[in-house]
Amino acid sequence: MTWAEEVLAQKAGQSDVAVGEYVVARPDAFMMHDIFAADVLELLERTGIQTLDCPERVSIIFDHMVPAPSEYAAAHQKKARILAKKYGIHHFYDVGRGICHQVMVEEERVGPGDLVVATDSHTTTYGAVGAASCGIGSTEMAYALATGTLWFKVPETVLVWLENRLPWGVSAKDLILSLMKTIGSDVAQNRSLEFLGPGAVSLELASRMTIANMGVEMGTKFALFPPERKTRAGPYVAEYAVDLASVKPMVALPHHVENVAPVTEHEGIPIDQVFIGSCTNGRLSDLREAASILRGRHIASSVRLIVTPASSRVYQEALREGLLEDLVQAGAIIEGPGCGPCFGGHMGLLAPGEKVIGTHNRNFQGRMGSLQAEIYLGSPLTAASTALTGVLTDPRTIMASQREGNS
Amino acid sequence: MTKDEMTFVGRVWLLGDNISTDLLSPGHYVHDPMDIRLRHVLEAVRPDFAAGVRPGDIVVGGKNFGCGSSRESAPQHLKDLGVSVVVAESFARIFSRNAVAIGLPVLTCRTVVKSVRDGAVITVDLARGVVNVGDDMVLQAEKLPAQLLEVLNKGGIVPVLEEMGRTQGSTGGPGTL
Ligand code: SF4
Repeated sequence: MTWAEEVLAQKAGQSDVAVGEYVVARPDAFMMHDIFAADVLELLERTGIQTLDCPERVSIIFDHMVPAPSEYAAAHQKKARILAKKYGIHHFYDVGRGICHQVMVEEERVGPGDLVVATDSHTTTYGAVGAASCGIGSTEMAYALATGTLWFKVPETVLVWLENRLPWGVSAKDLILSLMKTIGSDVAQNRSLEFLGPGAVSLELASRMTIANMGVEMGTKFALFPPERKTRAGPYVAEYAVDLASVKPMVALPHHVENVAPVTEHEGIPIDQVFIGSCTNGRLSDLREAASILRGRHIASSVRLIVTPASSRVYQEALREGLLEDLVQAGAIIEGPGCGPCFGGHMGLLAPGEKVIGTHNRNFQGRMGSLQAEIYLGSPLTAASTALTGVLTDPRTIMASQREGNS
Repeated sequence: MTKDEMTFVGRVWLLGDNISTDLLSPGHYVHDPMDIRLRHVLEAVRPDFAAGVRPGDIVVGGKNFGCGSSRESAPQHLKDLGVSVVVAESFARIFSRNAVAIGLPVLTCRTVVKSVRDGAVITVDLARGVVNVGDDMVLQAEKLPAQLLEVLNKGGIVPVLEEMGRTQGSTGGPGTL
């Protein structure tokens, strides 16, 4: 069985499942963030549901509009706090704890072999720890909380076999961006991606989270790194083999995530703002990479650099390591843990005609302010290198000059 | 919806591939009153849709129908405008889940776009999973499982929750609010 089939069979209490079959399963964890938590709980209240099936499996995390940028957001959050208490929801992380997906993993609310649903499309992120996880809408979440169950269609699986290791100057973000191009949504749509092979084993948790996070941009249902699985299992509907050593720094160009090209082909585009953060690339290793480029230097005068640590834990560790000091000295603005400007809520939106490069996951038109702004997506190394020069820059150029400077 | 009512006869609005949640529920109007929001449904691809759609009409789409965000307003707007069922070559995952959740039937039929004309009257039999196009042409679709048909039969998840709520209320379950 594929990993998706194994998890769904187990959670549905069946010995076996078939691709295309609908099963009713019991998820191990449920998560809502501040945009939908109040709506879901209000719907339960309105329909007279008085108890949740398993409040100990439910997490609420405030991350999208934090701290509240408007009276509307503040009132919405207040409502969710009150209802969360009424319904006895066990795991409540208020403003400041961090981005929901990062917090779920840090707090070990998800684990290998778990089935997880949440009111957010990037729920696929937990595939990094081997959890079959996907986003659902708020009405469905209300049903899932009331009954503890939900229906799932057993997906077909696409195998992505990874060999070797990522080369110098290249990170997991570059890999997933290049996969957007090679696999794309025609193949991945509604299916489960299963990452296996020696290359998959070589990737750290943070890297696996970056990859699983963006799996959903291809339309996948799950993006899974099956724990401790060494060999292929199947059945697979399609198979890809990728040599990690051949991956290059990549950039997604406006306005589609599949619009991907090597950074070298577009170097020199002037950039107004650089954003390093999000559930894709706001972790400690990402801040370390950014600091390695910017330490002891200063960003270009034409650029604004916004850094948003993914969680309070990332924030504290970055403080302790001196990374935040390095970044601030280089001219960065450090925001509190949360989604920041990722989805265009607040804290760093763009004017018409401006260009931003971000380490996040979506570059749809209008996602970060003006419809006439342009969003590029790249790795933290590429983003930091671009902040340094003010134009889209291949990080390997900067890293090579650093090496020479040191010798 | 009874068993018979799970058969829909209606006029087709034929759309293309990748009809996104932004086309169905433009983000620009999300804070406007409902009548204004409904006026802009699909306006970028079918400016005649919102004013011309009649109760019972059927929306037919190509691949990846409902791609984009998880907003439930996308299927809800179609339902509010009277669309009886959406038939498409394939659906984005969250859209089809949300549609069932709010009580709008969806049916996957790989050959539908090349087989129907815009404005034609077709018959969609949800329970049997077939689409009737004209007199002698029957298209095979993917049958929905019994659980989902049951949810659709009740009009979506909200009536299901209301039913549960009434039972919980009468038994006064633990942790009463
Ligand atoms: S960081 Fe961005 S993509 Fe991630 S949960 Fe927040 S808004 Fe969504």
